[in-house]
Amino acid sequence: MYVAVKGGEQAIDNAHAWLAESRRGDVAIPELSVAQIREQMALAVGRVMAEGSLYDADLAALAIKQARGDLIEAIFLIRAYRTTLPRFGASRPVDTGAMAAIRRISATYKDLPGGQVLGPTFDYTHRLLDFALAAEGEAPVAPQAAPVGPVPRVTGFLDREGLIEPEPACDDPPPDLTREPLDLPAGRALRLQSLARGDEGFLLGLAYSSQRGFGRTHPFVGELRIGEVMVEVEIPELGLCVAIGAITLTECETVNQFTGSKTQPAQFTRGYGLVMGQSERKAIAMSLVDRALRWQELGEEDSGAPVQDQEFVLMHADNIQATGFLEHIKLPHYVDFQSELELVRRLRASAAQEAAE
Amino acid sequence: MPATPHTRAEAMGLLARARPERLAELAPDLPGHAMLRAPETGAVMVQGRQGGTGAPFNLGEMTVTRCAVRLDCGAIGHAWVQGRDKGHARRAAVLDALLQTDRAAELAATILAPLAADETARHASQAARAGATRVEFFTMVRGEDE
Repeated sequence: MYVAVKGGEQAIDNAHAWLAESRRGDVAIPELSVAQIREQMALAVGRVMAEGSLYDADLAALAIKQARGDLIEAIFLIRAYRTTLPRFGASRPVDTGAMAAIRRISATYKDLPGGQVLGPTFDYTHRLLDFALAAEGEAPVAPQAAPVGPVPRVTGFLDREGLIEPEPACDDPPPDLTREPLDLPAGRALRLQSLARGDEGFLLGLAYSSQRGFGRTHPFVGELRIGEVMVEVEIPELGLCVAIGAITLTECETVNQFTGSKTQPAQFTRGYGLVMGQSERKAIAMSLVDRALRWQELGEEDSGAPVQDQEFVLMHADNIQATGFLEHIKLPHYVDFQSELELVRRLRASAAQEAAE
Repeated sequence: MPATPHTRAEAMGLLARARPERLAELAPDLPGHAMLRAPETGAVMVQGRQGGTGAPFNLGEMTVTRCAVRLDCGAIGHAWVQGRDKGHARRAAVLDALLQTDRAAELAATILAPLAADETARHASQAARAGATRVEFFTMVRGEDE
């Protein structure tokens, strides 16, 4: 039974006014501009773009400002906005091999063509708070040296020797979970789309669980690269393919042991992660989860681990779906609760009566 | 149409990837034109490939603004640009149309060449910063091979 409940309008308006005032904080402190967030909170902006599934740094920065730094709330704003946009089409698949890499490392080969390029990384910092940042000052200028050109793929070295499963190109149009509801079992293309927009924390936890033994993956990071790739789109009126923009991506390829089967000789297998923005934690986690979910096609054992269960992974990776269902329980459930209250009272009353008899 | 150093697709790419302020600085005045399609913002689904080289999958969308114009002389121009800047899309479409006229060589020199130089410089500066973080390994001789 539903009972129409009205009221609270004034309270809601006042709550939103207070939210706006609180968002601004102490007015004696200069207000943050969207451009400042875009430039100086770039990794938060990247996360909001990746999980909001819409690459637009200004919009992501605006969403972060509006959400007072609550990134899941900001992602929610971006997801809502993207539903208002007409879809013009799809890009050509981006060529991450031609990426203008600012970072490129391999944990499998020390000396590799193109070298180990650290880029602007937190690795090897001491994780000591830098109080100099609390004071205003000039940022140091990054040194320059002989430029990094296009770097070859690490998995390409293994592929040439047939030591890793091939990944042959094809141009079948992929399924799109923003157009058709996610249907299980999902093929790898759909899984990768779901993981690419999935919650970083959830994927991190799942990937970590697989490393600790809940579903074995034994990965090596064959290669991790970050940089800009061109986005090419075919202009339908002209039939021309134009590189209309560039986006920063993080790509991780893991190399995993595979002992072979009756039909296949032993070779390495692949896990793949590709994330918008600079987010190597998520790209590595994604590639571990991708690999773990491939157990069936590789004829591996189902150990019953959460990371191997695609329903568990795919149905819970989306933080907007998750937060929507989780947080709805704080909204009025007066009538539901009333019926449970009556039930509990009735049960207690009948129990008390039986005890008395 | 006179030859220019860039194909139409390359020119459209340079116009699209230019910073909007830079394009406005290089081409402040636009000739008279009619809108065939007023600037409209939407999304393009960006695809990746499984394992970097395999079958495509949908990575996520990006914002794109498109526009089509006809100049008074009849030339038609199209633009698709990343982002939501309608002025950028309109300017890029008008310039695409102008590049189909006898002003192509002049515009290639005054607009496309500086844009290409900007892009090359930006890429070179990033690549040089990356180059400075390339690890040079020093291998110690430990004597086990004796």
